Amino acid sequence: MIKKDLFRPFTILLIISWLTIFVLIPNLGVMGISFLTRDEANFIDFTFTLNNYQRLASEIYLKVFLKTFSVALCVTTICLVISYPFVYIISHTIKNKSTKDFLLILVIIPFWTSSLIRTYAMMLVLRVNGLLNSFLLGVGVINEPIEMLYNWFAIIVGLVYSSLPFMILPLYTAFEKLDHNYINAAQDLGANKFNVLTKVIIPLTKSGIAAGCILVFLGTLGMFFIPELLGGSKEILIGNLIKNQFLVARDWPLGTAIATILTILVVVLMVVYARNTKDTNRYQVVV
Amino acid sequence: MNRLARLYSILVYVFLYLPIVVLIVYSFNASKYGTAWQGITLDWYKKLISNSGLISSTKNSFLIATLSASIATLIGTLSALGLYRYKFRGAKLFVSVVYVLAISPDIIMGISLLILFNLVHMNLGFYTLLLAHITFNLPFVIIIVISRLRSFNRNLIDAAKDLGASEWVVFSKIILPLIMSSVISAWLLAFTLSLDDVVISFFVTGPNFEVLPLTLFSMTRLGIKSEINALCTMIFGVTLVLIFVSHFVFRRKV
Repeated sequence: MIKKDLFRPFTILLIISWLTIFVLIPNLGVMGISFLTRDEANFIDFTFTLNNYQRLASEIYLKVFLKTFSVALCVTTICLVISYPFVYIISHTIKNKSTKDFLLILVIIPFWTSSLIRTYAMMLVLRVNGLLNSFLLGVGVINEPIEMLYNWFAIIVGLVYSSLPFMILPLYTAFEKLDHNYINAAQDLGANKFNVLTKVIIPLTKSGIAAGCILVFLGTLGMFFIPELLGGSKEILIGNLIKNQFLVARDWPLGTAIATILTILVVVLMVVYARNTKDTNRYQVVV
Repeated sequence: MNRLARLYSILVYVFLYLPIVVLIVYSFNASKYGTAWQGITLDWYKKLISNSGLISSTKNSFLIATLSASIATLIGTLSALGLYRYKFRGAKLFVSVVYVLAISPDIIMGISLLILFNLVHMNLGFYTLLLAHITFNLPFVIIIVISRLRSFNRNLIDAAKDLGASEWVVFSKIILPLIMSSVISAWLLAFTLSLDDVVISFFVTGPNFEVLPLTLFSMTRLGIKSEINALCTMIFGVTLVLIFVSHFVFRRKV
């Protein structure tokens, strides 16, 4: 009886204290510091100010925010457009169970592979004497190699490449739950292809679309090494901005102010998502 | 499957795998910058093995990955039980925190932990890195274990309780053996995440404790080199092994 009494509170206490010490307190620290003043020697001077947020309202920073959101939105859309038909094909047109399993494993492998390695691999493909240039030269599309690295094109290709599995896997979970008989029924009742897609398939895979979009969108917002490697440090996103405040400019209050805005955005998106998804297993797609 | 669909899905796989295949092929290319094909060589791999800095950061990475995955799996499994089975006041809030944590950008955890370690005057290095890795692995372990607990047959627990088993006995004799394959999968995922992490480690480790992804990051910033191709290929190989082990474990469950 004594053990029973101890085991239960022990597990509860364990998680509450870990999350409090390593998540809640540090995040409150981030928010707190965003209202303090910068100090050359000790990073922070304990004087209250709204200056950090006022500085963020300036044109340079707003531009970075706007650019990051447009890039994230663009990457999310491209991933969704590529993945949606792909996942439908894999999950609903292949009947053989082991073929299907194999094709799924092929998606899981890049999901588990370090995105740094995959970003570097993308550099090999895009560089001037890389595979894509050789291919285009060989086919005759271009006459001389073009610089595909170190610009927005490369950043977006890299982000799409590293985020794609995060869109495919939640969609796959949703498509697996979609009973193919619904599609057959709709077709039998005379629905055309467009109506089957918009009235049956999309509504029934909504949870997968939402989960995939959130994972890709949020994943893109905080990335700093993809813009750095593929964009050649010329172009910056929010992630680079935060990183620079901590490692280059040594302006912690400004860095934490940007992080605070990002955190608020994450929480708002999650609340909206949770409100609109009733599926109890909605989070399973994360892993 | 019609032709167009087949072609389309093949193209997506080509997009996913072509860069990795190029990487692997070039890691055996004799040319220093890997521009033109100059025959097969193992020189880059030999160079890696003789690079003492690289060897030590590899050791560090495996040490941190093993320790953090094990501790996170231990804490995470118990926490999942605490959060899911013992519904206490505020449990829902903590569960939401866990999910938000799993999805939110790594950079936020990186800087928030950097601030914490600074406030308590901890020197950045082994211990700060270990604590950070346990913290970012924890939500993934909890989510995997909770989703397994959801499909758990409650009658088994009720039967044990009726027969007088304490909570600890119920956990160690009934729940744990039945969820073991999920616990192992969680450990493998945690191990992989820890081995691959760049963003969080970047903020919370010091110059005295270098880990593999950070060494790799500083190498890639200087451009493309054949040694990096070989290093990436080796890390990719380790990941492949882990996935196959994990897949094997997952399959046994069904």
